[in-house]
Amino acid sequence: MNRDRFAEDRLEPLRTNLRAAWARAYVRIFAASREPSWILFETIMPVLGMFAYVYVYRALGAPREFETFVVMGGVMMAYWLAVLWSMGTQWFFEKQEGNLEFYLVAPCSRMAILAGMALGGVVMTSMRAGLSLVAGVLLFRTNLMPGEPWLALGVFLLTLGSLYALGMCLASLFLMYGREVWHVSNALAEPMYLVNGLYFPLKALGPWGFAAISTLPLAIGLDAMRQLVLGPVLARGLLPVGTEVALLAASLPVNLGLAVWLLARSERIGKRTGALILRHQ
Amino acid sequence: MDLDVMHEATPQRVTTAPETLDLSRDGAAVWASGLTRSFVSGRGRSAKTVHALSGVDLGIGRGELFGVLGPNGAGKTTTMKILTTLLFPTTGEVRVAGFDAIAKPRDVRRRISLVSGGDNAGYGILTVRESLWMFSQFYGVPSKLARERGEELLDRLGLREKADERVNRLSTGFKQRLNFARGFVSDPAIVFLDEPTLGLDVESARNIRGFLREWMAADRTRTVVLTTHYMAEADELCDRIAIIDRGKILATDTPQGLRARVSADRRVVIELETGTPVDALARVPGVRLLRTTPPGERGTFGVHLAVADGKALRGALDVLGVEGRTIHNLSTHDPSLEDVFVAIVGRGLEEIEADEAKRRAEGA
Repeated sequence: MNRDRFAEDRLEPLRTNLRAAWARAYVRIFAASREPSWILFETIMPVLGMFAYVYVYRALGAPREFETFVVMGGVMMAYWLAVLWSMGTQWFFEKQEGNLEFYLVAPCSRMAILAGMALGGVVMTSMRAGLSLVAGVLLFRTNLMPGEPWLALGVFLLTLGSLYALGMCLASLFLMYGREVWHVSNALAEPMYLVNGLYFPLKALGPWGFAAISTLPLAIGLDAMRQLVLGPVLARGLLPVGTEVALLAASLPVNLGLAVWLLARSERIGKRTGALILRHQ
Repeated sequence: MDLDVMHEATPQRVTTAPETLDLSRDGAAVWASGLTRSFVSGRGRSAKTVHALSGVDLGIGRGELFGVLGPNGAGKTTTMKILTTLLFPTTGEVRVAGFDAIAKPRDVRRRISLVSGGDNAGYGILTVRESLWMFSQFYGVPSKLARERGEELLDRLGLREKADERVNRLSTGFKQRLNFARGFVSDPAIVFLDEPTLGLDVESARNIRGFLREWMAADRTRTVVLTTHYMAEADELCDRIAIIDRGKILATDTPQGLRARVSADRRVVIELETGTPVDALARVPGVRLLRTTPPGERGTFGVHLAVADGKALRGALDVLGVEGRTIHNLSTHDPSLEDVFVAIVGRGLEEIEADEAKRRAEGA
């Protein structure tokens, strides 16, 4: 056997993983947009849900900043749903479809595949989130201009990073214990709207707000971004922005590390029990 | 390239004599020793342990086209999953391309690919061309090289006309070809093919076999490990064959070597009406009653005999004539791989699978 053909330098694993991540992202970024129905179901329908909350607040005569809460929550909700359905459950569905084997037998890292899913997911979801944003600004004349735009962008990116790392953790958990994946995902959707304060300030949750903000990147990021847009008073911020940024910055490596550990563990258990190769186990 | 032309132009493979193959632990393409694998199904008191492999030893030389032949449930796929790093053995050691498949899975994965039979060809939303490119990227193949290889595979596997078609719009046959093609886009040193022609139409299966021969001929270091339960496919393609049943490898040899293990007596298959007693045939000098096959749709069943010479055959026919039996059909052939399989395993593949199907139906 010609071993030279397979000799690799130190950068080869990195190159392989980058190629693998891009190839997996390609499926979502370019190919997924070939289905026209996607525009209806992924963009227009969710925006309608956001409208309902805005009209409820208007009917109640709530202060204008509550509409900002809803629009920002609607934007971030798109990312949560993408993390849940397109990241968390993805390995499970890949296994059901018989695609998981492609990844497991390839030399690239599984984290590279998850990173590709995340990248593709962020791009696709940003289109949906962008539409929510445009609808909010144009239809409700919501002011979404932050006082410190670069800081707001940084918080947004940190939130996404930590959120998608959480999705990577869920991916491994669902893969191993995901027989009831539909029910679990549905069960995780609605309560998360509540504990992340998607349509209202987290402060309204009282002590539960602190519990949420200490564990959920979406709750932390949303509260921080609302404060950067509305100011701490109108935003009814739970913690100072600086503290929230520090929490987000800490949660990113923690969630990523946990994702790597869970992935390695699920693969090890899967190889020991056969759970990864049997579609219906 | 026209596929029929390709088939005719297939270069002849130069195979290595088995006795000169390096089948040592570090020199073999695939080496396994004492592989066992058990699965636990169910939980609590109803938990059952199934022994899928019960001590498999394998040595596959570099440049070999090696077949693993056995019925469903024999342990073929479990063996493949262990060799391709998807499954740990319960006990035993396995080395692929010189690397420990348990401790160094990445080193193994860089050198292998796995194609499981069927029509699962990835994401339906991608085109055929994009799919081949995507799979190559998981192996780190530079895009330009990947596209060149993809174009070559499109031609060689008759996928050119479908290159820009979405995978979910392909027929099953084309999906199966694409599934097969993806296994070669990374130009692996060892390809594991798990029932690659299962359910394929005759032409596609022939194309795939032609491609395999051509691919092997192009580089004598390339190795293919193929599981199949098609006797003819194993006989036609493989340099050596391992016969596996109930988690054990019962024999490994060249097709010729395996055939030489059974007697040179000619095989005779006589088709008789269901219910005909055949015990008397076994008492005819020079005749051995090998087995009978289950009744078919025509209300007949097959009696398989090993017959020493023409005189013995005449004796067998006389016995049937005396008993007034109607012979619906009679055929003779030299010992085949099927006969070898029956001699080694004790039953034919068809019988084993018919029994398996019956058991499953009863279980359901």
